[in-house]
Amino acid sequence: MTDAVPAAPEPLAVAPPDGSTALEGRSAADAVYRSLTTAFAVAIPVLLAFITFEVVAAAWPALRQFGFGFLTSSAWDPVRSQFGAAPMIFGTIVSSLLALILAAPLALGVAIFLSEFSPRWLRQPVSFLVDLLAAIPSVVYGLWGIFVLLPVLRETVMPFLANTLGLGRTPFFSGPAYGNSMLAAAVILAIMILPYISAVSREVLMAVPRSQREAALAMGATKWEMIRDAVIPYARSGILGGLILGLGRALGETMAVTMLIGNRHEISTSLFAPGYTLASVIANEFAEATNELHTSALMACGAVLLVVTLVVNAVARWLVWSVAREPKS
Amino acid sequence: MWLAAILATLPLILLLFHLLREGASSIDLAFFTRLPKPVGEAGGGMAHAIVGTLILVGIAGAIGLPVGIGAGLYLAEQRGARLATSVRFLSDVLNGMPSIVMGIFAWHFLVRPVGHFSALAGGIALGAMMIPLVTRATEEMVRIVPTALREAALALGYPHWRTSVSIVLRTALPGIVTAALVAIARIAGETAPLLFTAFGNAWWSVRVDQPIAALPLQIYEYAKSPYDDWHRLAWAAALVLIGLVLIISLLARFVTRSRHGGVGD
Repeated sequence: MTDAVPAAPEPLAVAPPDGSTALEGRSAADAVYRSLTTAFAVAIPVLLAFITFEVVAAAWPALRQFGFGFLTSSAWDPVRSQFGAAPMIFGTIVSSLLALILAAPLALGVAIFLSEFSPRWLRQPVSFLVDLLAAIPSVVYGLWGIFVLLPVLRETVMPFLANTLGLGRTPFFSGPAYGNSMLAAAVILAIMILPYISAVSREVLMAVPRSQREAALAMGATKWEMIRDAVIPYARSGILGGLILGLGRALGETMAVTMLIGNRHEISTSLFAPGYTLASVIANEFAEATNELHTSALMACGAVLLVVTLVVNAVARWLVWSVAREPKS
Repeated sequence: MWLAAILATLPLILLLFHLLREGASSIDLAFFTRLPKPVGEAGGGMAHAIVGTLILVGIAGAIGLPVGIGAGLYLAEQRGARLATSVRFLSDVLNGMPSIVMGIFAWHFLVRPVGHFSALAGGIALGAMMIPLVTRATEEMVRIVPTALREAALALGYPHWRTSVSIVLRTALPGIVTAALVAIARIAGETAPLLFTAFGNAWWSVRVDQPIAALPLQIYEYAKSPYDDWHRLAWAAALVLIGLVLIISLLARFVTRSRHGGVGD
């Protein structure tokens, strides 16, 4: 509404520069222009609905055959045509949440650094470098993960966690350290979602009004108290939105995870054990799927993933918007 | 906080370092002009995958750019309309959709009925991913065009559509070009949507109705393989891909910097 152009004044007897007949034909051409851009805009919801429809249609045979049990069964036997997605759902949730736990403190740290502490000259280069992390293709992360990250995890990090810290006796860090594991997937995911979380957090932190900061400082707060008590609470729901957005990215991430998680249909409590995610099972098994039902079961994994990410993203956007819309004092 | 900033940029620096160390030695003229050799034979290149990626990006751009720019114009001009609000929201939701789901969509819609993989299906999957990126960026760029400029055009008797196209869109053009480049850089590296649409191809092919090779697919294929030769080529391909993405990103910054100043004047 705000930028609604004030009713165009009736043109005087001045022809437009190109001498076109402005008054006649205006409404017709305007109507064409208007409906054209409207059509493009409407194309987006239509596309979203169409994609959802196509994916559900592809998944339909498996969903009809297994029903709700598809979500709870851990059978995955292409020969006997038994399919259940429980290990993949488990793997998707665990790897993404773990990635979020690893990435969140770092991402928030960077965002706070950039909005509050960074010297002016450093702000641009650091945010450029962090944003660049988001531009690296997933498959390149996978390549780097296989040849650089996995050996480091296998030879240094995993023995350190299991033996030096003595965590090997807990069920979470037990078993042989192959490298390919839930842990490896979570680490690469953490690196990949970091730029998303920090970009959104930085934006909402920057949007905190100056008066809010100055009021806290005027009350005698130290810089740290100001950030903790005045800035972060103000930006809280926006930061939460950023975190959920990062979670959404992690849930759907395919290539890097497929290359590092080890691809095994099993639920294991140990982070050292290989696992599977909804996205990686599709990428990994599609080419080998021999019968119609196997393919359809893979598509059903995609459908589950689609529904989950749609909900997660909708919630995240809503949270971020609720901050952005608040009247700035 | 300093520590967080250092830790966060560390993975990127390590990644670029390893890419250069492992990849640079395998890049020569043959890499850009030859096809892959069988395992065990030295040499060979990825000309087919480089061309394939360019074709896929071309198809994606032909779909994503017009729709995205049109929708972005609508969103910027009808800012308050209820339809605009929901389109904006849904376009953000579409942006968050996992890329592999785009692949499933294109496979079920375009590959399965035809019975074979095709470059066209891959390009369409990538194009669908591009739409929300271009839409929101265009909206943002059109919004910062000063209202006074628009009013001046209308006051001169320009019809609405001419005002939008020759004044507003033209003023916002550098920003939109930047947005388009950023979107292209983003999708050029996508692998998941291509796995069962473009599929990859070991041979030279430029036909859009046939399977086509792409750099990201080639990296995935080679990284999984047990052969050292192929690992080297995978690093080299990754370096070329990153180079492509970086060049496009830098180009985008250059376009913004050199001409964007004009918007505010």
